[in-house]
Amino acid sequence: MTNILTASENLINIAVIISFIGISISLACLLYRVITGPTQPDRAVALDSMGINLMAVAGIMSIYLVTPNLNDVILLIGILSFLSTLAIAKYLEKGVIIDRDLD
Amino acid sequence: MYKYKTNDLILRTTTSLIAFILLGFAVYLLLAGHNSPGGGFVGGLMTSGAILLMNMAYGFETVKKVLPINFVKLIPIGLAVAAATGAGSFLFKQPFLSHTFGYFHIPIFGEVELATAMLFDIGVYLTVVGVMMTIILTIANDKD
Repeated sequence: MTNILTASENLINIAVIISFIGISISLACLLYRVITGPTQPDRAVALDSMGINLMAVAGIMSIYLVTPNLNDVILLIGILSFLSTLAIAKYLEKGVIIDRDLD
Repeated sequence: MYKYKTNDLILRTTTSLIAFILLGFAVYLLLAGHNSPGGGFVGGLMTSGAILLMNMAYGFETVKKVLPINFVKLIPIGLAVAAATGAGSFLFKQPFLSHTFGYFHIPIFGEVELATAMLFDIGVYLTVVGVMMTIILTIANDKD
């Protein structure tokens, strides 16, 4: 029984490390896209994807630290990333973020 | 400023769904702050995020009709709630800001521990919502 437990613990550790490496490679590629994006919407989309990758980092980190306290952080990063992408998109399209009257 | 009229159907439909999720998450963060991460500050920030999302999707005047709240008045109301929570301990011959708790029986939830630190948290919540919405709506108002 303890054999299975240590084996699964080793498996979780290896999976967490592989996930960290994959997410960091993805973040580096997205950072390249943010720096050398030809247009502004490229940078906006890359920043949105970086927010999603940060959610993944928080989830993997909560597995790595064995704590459930990071679950609220994941939801919070998702909501803030959505709001910021929406604000950037609206600024690029209209020039104002909060307009007085739409109709 | 407008070169053409935009059609925000997807944004508006998504907003009317997501704003309620955001408000529910804000209330959850406010109530869960005693035993887990959260509290009045993050709950207030989430509520102002929901109101900001409605402002971005529907425009300033429409949200003002839907939510007729003067956010500047929300700041002194929150501060008064927090100060009254602190001063309420004088009624029981206790030092300033000393809090207490008790166990109550509520029909659906059963035995619940209710603490008076919750009232202080509600004061923080109202103040944060008022400050954030005052800042955002004051900066956004550039047409006048």
